[in-house]
Amino acid sequence: MSVDSVFSHKIWQEEELSRMIEGGVPYPMLSDAGGKVGKLYGVYDEDAGVNIRGRFIIDPDGIIRAMEVLTPPVGRNVAELIRQVQAYQHVRETGEVMPSGWQPGKPTLKPGPNLAGKVWKVWKPEKIS
Amino acid sequence: MGEELEVGCARPIGGPVKSSSDEDKQTKEKEIIKMSVQVGKKAPDFQAPAFHEGKMKQIKLSDYLGKWVLLCFYPGDFTFV
Repeated sequence: MSVDSVFSHKIWQEEELSRMIEGGVPYPMLSDAGGKVGKLYGVYDEDAGVNIRGRFIIDPDGIIRAMEVLTPPVGRNVAELIRQVQAYQHVRETGEVMPSGWQPGKPTLKPGPNLAGKVWKVWKPEKIS
Repeated sequence: MGEELEVGCARPIGGPVKSSSDEDKQTKEKEIIKMSVQVGKKAPDFQAPAFHEGKMKQIKLSDYLGKWVLLCFYPGDFTFV
């Protein structure tokens, strides 16, 4: 979603995006003239008149599970975004929680009185090289 | 998903979706719509025109209840990042 018109989205999709991704981007490209929705989500920059890079993961009940807001010069990390979606889907299905650095397939934690003070037995922090 | 829009010269618009009980207060609140998002809280509903699968449509967030939604804002088409 940006403040551009749907016509601008159409041309961007046809002229550029479809040459980067086969068939173009598959999701709806939303237009937010005047930044009304951006203001509602706290990502509208009044001085520049545009929405900044905000992204929100919204669950099937309409609850915001995660958000990330970046200033314009730095792009997003799609792998991290997908990891977060998978983690929130996993907790929704199982009630298990994901320790820091969790990746799909890696051990999860089952919170409860028995785990208090014993996380060190089942999980070690990642080493960052 | 989303209702197809007729394409004319008037630019289609979107904005927050309010419940009817909000309508009396609407004029006063118009000036003071503020950031109201927080993790763990309901995502504020909105509708907005969209380009999708070659068509112009009106998209409403609440039509996507029951699905995971990724809502992404960005500064503009044809920007570089």
